[in-house]
Amino acid sequence: MSVGAIAAGRSRRLAKRRTVIGALVVAVIGMYAVTLMVGQTFYSPGDVARVIAGQTVPGASFTVGELRLPRATLAILTGIAFALGGATFQTMLRNPLASPDIIGISHGASAAAVFAITVLTVSGAAVSFVAIVASLATAMAIYVLSFRDGVVGTRLILIGIGIAAMLQSVVSYLLIRASTWDLQVAMRWITGSINGASWSLALPLVCAVVVLGGILLAHSRQLELLQLGDESASALGVRVERTRLVVIVAAVGLIAFATAAAGPIAFVAFLSGPIAARLVGPTGSVLVPAALVGALLVLTADLLGQFAFGTRYPVGVITGVLGAPYLVYLLIRTNRAGGSL
Amino acid sequence: MTDAHTLHTEQLSLGYGDRVVVDSLDLTIPTGRITTIVGANACGKSTLLRAMARLLAPRNGRVVLDGKDLHRLPTKEVARTLGLLPQSPIAPEGIAVADLVGRGRHPHQKVFARWSREDEAAVLSALEATGTTELADRSVDELSGGQRQRVWIAMALAQQTDLLLLDEPTTFLDVTHQIEVLDLLTDLNRQRGTTIVMVLHDLNLAARYADHLIAVAGGALHAAGSPADVLTAATVREVFGLESEVVADPTSGKPMMLPIGRYHARQVQPATATATEASG
Repeated sequence: MSVGAIAAGRSRRLAKRRTVIGALVVAVIGMYAVTLMVGQTFYSPGDVARVIAGQTVPGASFTVGELRLPRATLAILTGIAFALGGATFQTMLRNPLASPDIIGISHGASAAAVFAITVLTVSGAAVSFVAIVASLATAMAIYVLSFRDGVVGTRLILIGIGIAAMLQSVVSYLLIRASTWDLQVAMRWITGSINGASWSLALPLVCAVVVLGGILLAHSRQLELLQLGDESASALGVRVERTRLVVIVAAVGLIAFATAAAGPIAFVAFLSGPIAARLVGPTGSVLVPAALVGALLVLTADLLGQFAFGTRYPVGVITGVLGAPYLVYLLIRTNRAGGSL
Repeated sequence: MTDAHTLHTEQLSLGYGDRVVVDSLDLTIPTGRITTIVGANACGKSTLLRAMARLLAPRNGRVVLDGKDLHRLPTKEVARTLGLLPQSPIAPEGIAVADLVGRGRHPHQKVFARWSREDEAAVLSALEATGTTELADRSVDELSGGQRQRVWIAMALAQQTDLLLLDEPTTFLDVTHQIEVLDLLTDLNRQRGTTIVMVLHDLNLAARYADHLIAVAGGALHAAGSPADVLTAATVREVFGLESEVVADPTSGKPMMLPIGRYHARQVQPATATATEASG
């Protein structure tokens, strides 16, 4: 065999990856366009394009420009943020169950936000700030609690699931004593919804996706090497502890900002990575395809939630329905294989 | 291999938590030779290898690579000189052999650099050296234990380091594959001049394949030197607490240890038996 033959095999595998990524990009753009056109009133692609170009189109300028555009954009951003955060954790801990929405990090944000709304009676940006700080604190607590001569994936997952359950009961308690008005606002922090989308909500998330997402992509090769185990990664020149710290902070930050903007949209972080991995195969980093899958998931689920049924459901209800069976499947599969988690 | 790299330890002390595992160890790894480290379970031999691979920071003393403190050198620079095959590396699900071997190129790649012709050539040469070229497009999951171990060695080879450390590279392999792996490592040493340091469980294989044999007991150096000097009945007794006969292996002439258990031994004095065998 020659250098050429090895290279041919590699480019064959990469070609599949490029095709899938290309198809996902097309699908995201297509779904984005559909979301902008479809609704109570249908607007033609021409109208939508004119609104985006900044022209005034009666009716469409408000509906598309002020309602649908921020909503669809927020859907893409939250999808990317949740997916990148989730796929990072899953890759690093080599376990699909290690997603931030399973191991309590999203729950930390929810509990803190509900606490801020119902007890501290604050609103708006203050709630988001509290949620972001709380998810970082939750992540740190889980890390510290599961640290014993290094962090083992399984221990971290089990401790995380415990913390998630605890935080969930905190949320339930707070909701029981909440006033009716607060309850409405607080609900968004439990199911996840982009109903209240606006440009002011999307802006912090844009920054988070660019900066923190950029950090994660810059570390994607190190992340791939961490999959070989800490010892191999270190022998291949990865500064294991430093990489892990940077990557965890960036991933938790993304989850926190996304949660602050849209609530914990169920299972997007958990589903995107495995779906992307299944689609592109094991060659190359899963981060970019996962981000695209995440964006597509949230866009599609939000569209379905709004128009597919008699009642309008928040996006989190739809992703929850999609994600729960997968969680059950994963648990059954690991159980059949005779392994622990 | 252009410049010869040197590795030694100075007053090296290692431990986990409150437990001291290795105490004030001075050790020199001969350049361009095969060194094997033997010792009883929990004697500190794997810990020592981990410290030499920079995975464990010393309590005291230091590991010295080319005259510099190993733990103060940049990680990537170390990774271009010193490779490691841990005892149980993890292969990502479904990864192709060529892709896994390609990961060995990381220390040579710049942050956003693309995959180069040079990387490809290094991967091919690693696959050829380990006889895994035909497996290049296969998934690592499908391989047998022996094939998989050769692929891991190929990954370490793609790293193109002059020093290669291996932690029990023959564990979980049947005898044929054990010999295959050890022959492969000897090829590397003889053909490329790679300095090889490995921890081995099997004393006889360690003695046969080593140029330099190190016996560790209780976290201290017990004996180091040529296998003929180190592997003696006295060493086996002191290091492993086992009575044995050491004879010349009829195939290689290297020392071979035959344990004397409580059963199955002929009623002869171990000392006389050794003398007879050695003279014959």
